[in-house]
Amino acid sequence: MIALLTRWLLFGEWRAHPWRTLAAIAAIALGVGLGFAIDLINGAAFNEFSAAARSLTGQSDLQVRGAQPLFDEKVYPQLARHDDVVLANPVLDIDVTIPGQRGALKVLGIDLFRASALAPDLLGVPSADRPFDTLADDAIFLSPAAQDWLKVKTGDTLQLQNGTGTVGLRVAGGIVRARPGQRIAVMDIAAAQWRFERLGKLSRIDLKLAAGVSRAAFRRTLATAFPTLLVTENADQEARSANMSRAYRVNLNVLALVALFTGAFLVFSTQALSVLRRRSQFALLRVIGLTRGLLLRQVLLEGGLLGALGSLVGLVGGYVLAALALRFFGGDLGGGYFPGIRPSVQLNWTTAIIFFILGTGIALLGSLAPALEAARAQPAPALKSGSEDVALARLSTPWPALACLLLAALLTTLPPVFELPLFGYLAVALLLVGGIALMPRCAALVFTALSRRGQRQPVTMLALARLANAPNQASIALGGVLSSFSLMVAMAIMVSSFRVSVDDWLVQLLSANLYVRSAASGDTGALKPAEQRLISALPGVQRAEFLRTLPLTLAPSRPAVMLLARPIDAAEPGRTLPLTDDIIDATRLPAGVLPVWVSEAMLDLYGYRVGQQVTLPLGANAPPFKVVGVWRDYARQSGAVQIRLADYQRLTGDLDVNDAALFFQPGVSTAQVIAGVRALPFGSAVEFADPGEIRALSLKIFDRSFAVTYLLEVVAIVIGLFGVAATFSAQTLARAKEFGMLRHVGVTRRQILLVLGVEGGLLTGLGIGVGFVLGWVISLVLIFIVNPQSFHWSMQLHMPWIMLGSVASLLLVSSAATAVVAGSRAVAGDAIRAVREDW
Amino acid sequence: MKPPATPAALECRAVRKAYGNGRVVLAQLDFALQPGEYIAIMGESGVGKSTLLNLIAGLDMPDSGSVLIDGVPISGLSDDDATRLRREKLGFIFQAFHVLPHLTLAQNVGLPLLLNGVSLARATEMLDKVGLHGRGHDFPRQLSGGELQRVAIARALVHRPTLILADEPTGNLDPDTAADVLHLLRAEIKANGASAIMVTHSLAAAATADRILILTSAGLHPMTTATAA
Repeated sequence: MIALLTRWLLFGEWRAHPWRTLAAIAAIALGVGLGFAIDLINGAAFNEFSAAARSLTGQSDLQVRGAQPLFDEKVYPQLARHDDVVLANPVLDIDVTIPGQRGALKVLGIDLFRASALAPDLLGVPSADRPFDTLADDAIFLSPAAQDWLKVKTGDTLQLQNGTGTVGLRVAGGIVRARPGQRIAVMDIAAAQWRFERLGKLSRIDLKLAAGVSRAAFRRTLATAFPTLLVTENADQEARSANMSRAYRVNLNVLALVALFTGAFLVFSTQALSVLRRRSQFALLRVIGLTRGLLLRQVLLEGGLLGALGSLVGLVGGYVLAALALRFFGGDLGGGYFPGIRPSVQLNWTTAIIFFILGTGIALLGSLAPALEAARAQPAPALKSGSEDVALARLSTPWPALACLLLAALLTTLPPVFELPLFGYLAVALLLVGGIALMPRCAALVFTALSRRGQRQPVTMLALARLANAPNQASIALGGVLSSFSLMVAMAIMVSSFRVSVDDWLVQLLSANLYVRSAASGDTGALKPAEQRLISALPGVQRAEFLRTLPLTLAPSRPAVMLLARPIDAAEPGRTLPLTDDIIDATRLPAGVLPVWVSEAMLDLYGYRVGQQVTLPLGANAPPFKVVGVWRDYARQSGAVQIRLADYQRLTGDLDVNDAALFFQPGVSTAQVIAGVRALPFGSAVEFADPGEIRALSLKIFDRSFAVTYLLEVVAIVIGLFGVAATFSAQTLARAKEFGMLRHVGVTRRQILLVLGVEGGLLTGLGIGVGFVLGWVISLVLIFIVNPQSFHWSMQLHMPWIMLGSVASLLLVSSAATAVVAGSRAVAGDAIRAVREDW
Repeated sequence: MKPPATPAALECRAVRKAYGNGRVVLAQLDFALQPGEYIAIMGESGVGKSTLLNLIAGLDMPDSGSVLIDGVPISGLSDDDATRLRREKLGFIFQAFHVLPHLTLAQNVGLPLLLNGVSLARATEMLDKVGLHGRGHDFPRQLSGGELQRVAIARALVHRPTLILADEPTGNLDPDTAADVLHLLRAEIKANGASAIMVTHSLAAAATADRILILTSAGLHPMTTATAA
């Protein structure tokens, strides 16, 4: 029987206000859908990326690698003969530069006989008439995706770059199995070593251990026997991929949850206003015998059902969105973490259930305060009209809000958890909740003060009287828009600060007139010493500075750290590096200690500190390095270190470089120098980059990587405006009697509309003011807590006034217009009937 | 041996109630209503008529004294127990009708039946009795004021309560409609064997009751010719 009553009340309400109900469902659906879609896309991309990486190591138990990309192959026979090893599979893994292509081709040099047992999928498939091509020194086998990308087929010759020259290899066929979209090639290991001038070098050795051998114990044995080598497992590879992209993925998910958070405010305002409107109805039900518990259950059920329906719609929509996005845009959401894969969407029931619970839970949470109010209300006073704002009196208590703000301030002092700024996110959420909860008190203070001044004009008097005396109802309307606007302000300040910092950083880094690169990507492009001398001696070139980059693996479970070796003046490193304030004099180091300047990420990820002595894996006899400065690096969040090129060359004997920065003599043009380089014997193999072009391209990539962020922000703002429309509409319709009375006493329809417009404008104006302050505070948390803890870089604060002003104006106009449109319906009816209406 | 005395439908024993500002509204009020009795209470505005009804309904608590419904002290019950007692034993009629706008007439009348967990069949029967035959599927917005009050009367009586509390039931109606509603109200109260208290300012309305009491600061007193004048 009670279930029937529940249905009557529920469907009666939904039937009476279908659009309001649909708006709340849509808001939850949008939040859940976006969150679920982003999670599915990231999950699919991450799983595919990990699977692709796993496929390269086959069924091996362990992989032995060097700290540098290559190590001496002398270790191979020792490992192959080890009692605990059943099979050792040597691999040369190089990202080969392809002339004219932006991306590099991963080429695996494999031992056919060893790989057939351990990684049979990676074998080349030769033509029936040339079965020994797998051992040929001029043959290469390409995956289907690589053949499509390079537009070659079996029998064609593929030109690959080595140094500044090229190597021509015959495409001898495909490979046994590759992941969709995976661009790889395989060839005989000896041929690869010879062709790419890596004789005696290996990238890794994959090991299959004998049955019963403990991996952990074997790892320890190897670590002792070969201290310069690293031993990794597949789990390390996955951890590396996870570490590389986790902060980005979590940040995107949090942004998607912002839309859900805003949706929760919409549910709250829908439910709160619905409870207010039905206050006397609920009182009647209490009078005729509905218990407090049943009433509480009824209101919570309504909110929970809105959330459940919204979540279901969101899950379906999110799945479809993810499938479409993966099909048309791939798995990369702008961060660039998952290149060269073609993932497909996989329904993850656990994630679906989590998002369902999240959507329903957040709607329930939004309904909790109205439900408690409905249940607590004394039936006798509630039967009388005019007590609505009293019902919301609890909202104007400032203490919970102030407690939230205080707790948020405390949380900003806590360190990251699992390298994620969880306390930072929590602080942002608490700031939002606290700021929004303070709105009724702010509204009462501001509008009471204003109402003392605006007593002469009936329109302003009526509008201000309402706002001053019923601030709680007014504040409900602003919950959604305040949360979305303040987050928009915070994100806009953060993104703008980031962009300006990156731009300044680029200007400082790109001080040369022209950059010459041996290759845009890949490991095989390089400038030899003779070529460097030719470039330095070019007419018009005053000075050439050369740069060598090399990945270094310092921890098996972390992505490689980039070593940059370039000429650095130890006395004035700030002329070359964008240093932070923390530096020590590199010219006063003791003999035998070399200086190293580390990026900010190295402090967080590896615990480096200025003054600390560290070891870098640059040869067996490398001396200790001392950290003498910290520099800002927006390009490599996994960490980077810079040393002097001369130190690097002395320690490693590697005299090749990747890039050259050219400084011109006065009056020399870029075209002249480019023509000079082109005329050199290797001139056709190098690429040129103008600092302006690099800067423009970098900022374009920056903007693209924040495109999803902007999209999510726009969605949050639209939901917020939707909330304003829904709540203003509900409030003005609920005030039909009040407007009818005003019409009776001589207020014109136009004046009533003006009252509503002024109310909407003033309320939104206050919301914008509070939202701006709140957004600014949140941006400080994002800039100085969340970003450094997520991506390990710092930035300077910059305010995008024009953008903020434009959005605020747009919001102000939309909100006032919404109030007027909603009000025009309320005043369109018969004034006499409105006054006589019982409800 | 004497048979056990039937408890009064309503008994107020030394009920005292003051407002928050200290003004005493009811002081030492003693009053009993016998089963089947229908009384009207009149009095000046602010004298405490609505407060008295709230105390009887268990919606407000006396500062001292007790209120008994069928011998059960409602003022000593928990909120849920008082709600259950109200649900079973009391019926309410208000000046402002208080009919739920999004429920049909049948659903509105059926509400007490639903809450008491009994068959809804009597809802249609009650609508027939109050002259709204065949309109069970209509919504309140399709009704006039008099018709809305008929729905309220049907709802108040549908679950056969022992006590009806009516607060200015004709305050929003024109005299002709008010007369019809009062006639119907009395007829239905008597037909259901219920007791009833009607609070009203209207002498014509009060005249339909079995007896009229005047509430003053000194308590409840029977109406005399002098007070009527």
